Amino acid sequence: MKAIKKIFDKVRPHFEEGGNCHALHSVYEGIECFLFVPNTTSTTGTHVHDAIDSKRIMSFVVIALMPAMLFGMYNVGYQYYVHVGIEGDFFDKFLYGFLAVLPKIVVTYVVGLGIEFVVAQWKKEEIQEGFLVTGMLIPMIVPVDCPLWIIAIATAFAVIFAKEVFGGTGMNIFNVALVARVFMFFSYPTKMSGDAVWVASKSIFGLGKTVDGMTAATSLGIASTSATPAGCPPFSWDMVTGFIPGSIGETSVIAILIGALILLWTGVASWKTMLSVFLGGALMAWIFNFCGPHTAMAHMPWYEHLVLGGFCFGAVFMATDPVTSARTETGKYIYGFLIGALAIFIRVLNPGFPEGMMFAILFMNIFAPLIDYFVVQHNISRRVKRVTKTTINSDE
Amino acid sequence: MSELFSKKNKDTFSIPLGKNNPITVQVLGICSALAVTAKLAPAIVMGLSVMVIVAFANVIISLMRDTIPTRIRIIVQLVVVATLVTIVSEVLKAFAYDVSVQLSVYVGLIITNCILMGRLEAFAMSNGPWESFWDGLGNGLGYAKILIIVAFVRELFGSGTLLGYNILNYECIKSTGYLNNGLMLMPPMALIIIACIVWYQRSRDKELQENS
Repeated sequence: MKAIKKIFDKVRPHFEEGGNCHALHSVYEGIECFLFVPNTTSTTGTHVHDAIDSKRIMSFVVIALMPAMLFGMYNVGYQYYVHVGIEGDFFDKFLYGFLAVLPKIVVTYVVGLGIEFVVAQWKKEEIQEGFLVTGMLIPMIVPVDCPLWIIAIATAFAVIFAKEVFGGTGMNIFNVALVARVFMFFSYPTKMSGDAVWVASKSIFGLGKTVDGMTAATSLGIASTSATPAGCPPFSWDMVTGFIPGSIGETSVIAILIGALILLWTGVASWKTMLSVFLGGALMAWIFNFCGPHTAMAHMPWYEHLVLGGFCFGAVFMATDPVTSARTETGKYIYGFLIGALAIFIRVLNPGFPEGMMFAILFMNIFAPLIDYFVVQHNISRRVKRVTKTTINSDE
Repeated sequence: MSELFSKKNKDTFSIPLGKNNPITVQVLGICSALAVTAKLAPAIVMGLSVMVIVAFANVIISLMRDTIPTRIRIIVQLVVVATLVTIVSEVLKAFAYDVSVQLSVYVGLIITNCILMGRLEAFAMSNGPWESFWDGLGNGLGYAKILIIVAFVRELFGSGTLLGYNILNYECIKSTGYLNNGLMLMPPMALIIIACIVWYQRSRDKELQENS
C-alpha cells in the first residue's frame, strides 16, 4: 500500500491547478479516492462523523450482490450445459458462465464510468461513486444472450437521461439500472423477452459448442402464454435454488436472500420496504387466486409468484434503493406494499408483460416523493390537532 | 417594395425559426410533434399544413382585426382556423390520400394546436396583414423544422428507412447484429429527442438560459 501511495504523491503535482495534466484531475482524484480515503477535510462548520459514507454504502451493496452474481454465472453455464446436452463438471460450467457474463460487466463499467468521468470533468466536479452499484446491477438483469452493443447503448442512455440530467449521483428520480433495462425492453424486445435469449447458445473459447435456434422459456413466460390455469408450471424447488432460465442474477432466491441479510445486517437497506414488497405481492397474488381471471398467471400460487422472475431481486436490491425510494418511515411501508401489489397486478392482467416488477418499481419511483409529502403533511396536521387540543384543555 | 422586405419583416420571419421557436422555446404544439413524427413523410406534410394554415389564418384575422368585437374574438379566430383546416384536410384527402390516412385525426386537431391561437392572439390581432403573413410563415416553418429533425432521427433508427426508402435494412448491416430501435417508434422517444434539441439550443444560446 505504501508503494502505491508514494506513486500517487509523486504524480499529484501534475494534476493540481497549473500542472501539465490538470485536464485529467478528476480521473486522478477518482482513482485515488477509490483506493484511499479522500485527502481533503472540511474546514468550516460542525460535522457529524460516522464510519459510513456513500462509498462504504456502495461497497456493501456490491458485496451483497456478489452471491447472486456468482450463482448467476454458474447458472448460465449450468443451463447451457443442460440445454445443449453435454457433460461438464462444476468448474467447466462456472468458467463458461464467468466468460459469458464478464464481458457484460466490463462493457457496462467502461461505458458508464466513461460517461461519469467525462461529465465530472465537464462540470468541474469530483467523480462520485454512484455508478459502482448500477454497473453491477445492469449485467444482472439482462438475459445472457443480450448483445453487448445493446447493453452499451442502454447504459449510456440510462446514465445520461436518468442520472446526469437530473444532477448526478443521489439526484435521480428513477432507478438507473431499471431505466437501462426498460430501454432495452422496449427498444429491442426480441433480445429481452421471448424464449430464445435466456440460455446461452454459443461456444466461448472452445468451451461447449454453438447451437442454432435453441429455445428455453422462463416459467413466467410459459405461464403468460398458456390460456388455461392448467398451463401454470408447478412449483418446484429449482425455482427457489435458481436452476431455471432467467436474467443472469435474478434466478436464485437463496443467493438473493444472502444478499438481503448482508444489506439488512449492515443497515444499508430498509427492512420495512423489503417486507412490505413481499406482503403486497403475496396479498395481490392471493386475491387473484380467489377472484382473478381464468388464466394460468392468475391461478399461480402466491408463493410461486414471489420466487419467480425478478420479484425477489427487485424487492431486495432495487425497491430499497435509498435515493429513489420513499424516505419517511411510514412512507416506506406504503411504497413497498404498492410495488409488490402492482408487480403482480401487471403480471396477471397484462399478457404482454409477463414480468411486472420493473414497471412497478419505476412507477412507484415517481410516486415516492408524493407519498413522503402526504406522510409529512399528515404528521403536521396530527401535531397541530394535538397542540390545539392541549391549549383548549389548559384554557378551561 | 423595399418596405415589404424590410429588416423588421425579415426578423419577424426568422426569429421563430431559432431564438423563439414555437416548439423548443415556447413549448407549444408538443402533442402533435410526438404523434406524427414516427415517419418522415407525415411529419413533412404536417409541418407544411400547419405552415399554410398559420400563415393564412394570420392574414385573415389581421385583415379583420379592427372589426372583430373583443368579446367574441376567440370564436371568430376558431371559425377562421376551422375553415382553413377543413380546406387543407380535403386537399390532403384528394391529392395525398395515404399520408392523410397516416395523419388521421391529427390534421383535424390542428385547430387545437396552441401555436395557432398563440400567433393569432399575440401577433395578428395587433399587426398588419403583411407582417402577420411573415410571422405565420416563420412560426409554421419553425414548427416544421423541429418536426422534420425529430422524424428524421426516429424513422432512421426506428425503422431503418427514410421517406420509406431502405437505408439500414440491408443484409450486410443486419448480419453485424444491428437491430432497429423499437423505442424510437414510440412517443416517449420523440419527447426525449425534442428535449435533446432544447438542451443543445439552450447550451449554445446564453439568452435562453434561465438563471435559477
